[in-house]
Amino acid sequence: MPEAPSDPVAERFRRIAARPVVLDVRALGMSFRGAGGKTVQALHDVSFQVRRREFLTVVGASGCGKSTLVRILAGLAHHTAGEVLLDGRPVTGPGPDRGMVFQGYTLFPWLTVVRNVMFGLEMGDMGRDQARSEALLWLDLVGLASKAEAWPHQLSGGQRQRVAIARALAARPRILLMDEPFGALDPQTRATLQEHLLQIWQQVDVTVVFITHDIDEAVWLADRVLVLQPPDQDHPGGWLAEAVEVPLPVPRTRAMHDLPAYRAVRERIERLIRPPRPPAAERLPVFKMTAAGDEVL
Amino acid sequence: MVRSAWRVGGDPPARLSGVLWLGAFLLPLAAWCALSYLPWLWHPQVLIAEPGDSSFSAGMRIERAAFAAAVAEAARQGQRPPQGGRVNPVFLPAPHEVARALWTGFTTPPLRRGDPWLHQSLGHSITVIAWGFLISALVGVPLGVLCGSVPALSRLVEPFVDFIRYMPAPAFGALCVAVLGINDAPKVAIIVVGTFFQMVLVVANTTRQLDRGLVEAAQTLGASDKRLLTRVIVPGILPNLYTDMRILLGWAWTYLIVAELIGASSGISWYINQQGKYRAYDNVFAGIILIGLIGLVTDLVLGWIGRFLFPWSGQQVSRASALAFAAVTLPLRLPWLLLRLARRYDPKAARPQEPDHA
Repeated sequence: MPEAPSDPVAERFRRIAARPVVLDVRALGMSFRGAGGKTVQALHDVSFQVRRREFLTVVGASGCGKSTLVRILAGLAHHTAGEVLLDGRPVTGPGPDRGMVFQGYTLFPWLTVVRNVMFGLEMGDMGRDQARSEALLWLDLVGLASKAEAWPHQLSGGQRQRVAIARALAARPRILLMDEPFGALDPQTRATLQEHLLQIWQQVDVTVVFITHDIDEAVWLADRVLVLQPPDQDHPGGWLAEAVEVPLPVPRTRAMHDLPAYRAVRERIERLIRPPRPPAAERLPVFKMTAAGDEVL
Repeated sequence: MVRSAWRVGGDPPARLSGVLWLGAFLLPLAAWCALSYLPWLWHPQVLIAEPGDSSFSAGMRIERAAFAAAVAEAARQGQRPPQGGRVNPVFLPAPHEVARALWTGFTTPPLRRGDPWLHQSLGHSITVIAWGFLISALVGVPLGVLCGSVPALSRLVEPFVDFIRYMPAPAFGALCVAVLGINDAPKVAIIVVGTFFQMVLVVANTTRQLDRGLVEAAQTLGASDKRLLTRVIVPGILPNLYTDMRILLGWAWTYLIVAELIGASSGISWYINQQGKYRAYDNVFAGIILIGLIGLVTDLVLGWIGRFLFPWSGQQVSRASALAFAAVTLPLRLPWLLLRLARRYDPKAARPQEPDHA
């Protein structure tokens, strides 16, 4: 049933649906020869589309192939079935049209912060002076212009990831791939960076595919959440269980964590990834560690 | 605090570290002094001062047991006993003798006319090492980096390099002389053979240990293979490469001893051998210690320089050290500084284009 056109969330999804497709993943499969010569299938028949300036998150339990998926999108791993199209052209290897932010810190330690951001620009054969002024703009966008001349080892983990985002964006990619970029950060820094990322996304015309294992992060950031599942009887590899739209207005605020719509989506994904198990019937035995003190068991 | 410094994984305070560094040299020296100057410690021989009626002659070194037997024999026969003091074997000179040998080695002319002075021998050795190591590095480092970066090349090159690596460099001595004559060329060749194959494998391994993430990040930023090598892999491995070179330079000194004994003998190890033939063990020790000192000083200086070469590795450098380094390298950096100064006054660079904000 079509909703009222005045509903801003529905209106937003309608607008996204009208945009051109940037990334088209068709029946993607990936298998490799694992230990002992056995063929391991990492991904099985994954299909989805990402439209321009959409924020897509991919969530799943460990072993569902989400990292493999993003590495294939980046061109760092090769799929064995199906195809990946970026603006209609097949992806064959890594390239500057797909920026990537990794979980580990991958700033070049031998370059200052601003030279790190300049790296992609210089690879695109931009002159050094122009690359520098452009890099400073990107650093300003992530709020680290004051650290331009610092070495990466002098930055905190959160600052490093912000520089990594600036570096990836400076090369003006069509799509920004993020592989658990905040996974190594503490919860406070992580929350700050999530807000920061959304703010950047508001200011920059870029499509984002964001991999995470954190359901809250996936729901709060995204327009749409892809839920990947590990292999089971019906699926030899990691497979796409569902694509869930997040019916929350943008810009997002922390307070939205309490909205019923947010909770409903979160609950649904949680149940997909971790089906509720019946509680253990009997009381489990408790190992006593000491004989001293009162009897608490 | 001091106690915890000696625990597994303990963290000795800086002061203690300095003391330990000194101790590393003073303790062996103290042991050497004790062996040399405490007459009741070891001293297994007796230096005959006065032969008496025995069959010994003055200046002979006799095992203590034989000497005691001779004394007892003399007493029984009613003859004059031999006299002498306990000494160490001739191959263990005392520290002061070695120190004197070091000094006289540089100040006195060689025994035979035409033989090189000690400093000439030393200079010759250093030249041979420098050429051998340079040639080795000029080919070995690029090949190693390529092998570490391109797996297919590594499969093609490394098995054979590994095969040759196990052949001791001296085994190539006769071949080198046959091909390159008897002068310095075969000596340099031995150093090259000794270090090159190790270098390729060590550098390739160092290159492989570079964080894959850095290479992948560069690839997603549009770096071509050529630029990956020059802009990511080489700068990324430089600090480790520098350390590798320091270690391999030590290997080069090991092969020097062999290199200098083939063809026309020369250099510091020839000096050591020659002095050994003269039984001038104080000079032998002086030569050995000289090699050690050169190695140690080279390594310390290279280590000190290394701290300034890679400011991004986050090593702490004291202000005095930094000033000293700046002063020492000023002549080297002067053209570079002038160039930068000149660029600053370039009329075009003076008015940078406003970046396009749109």
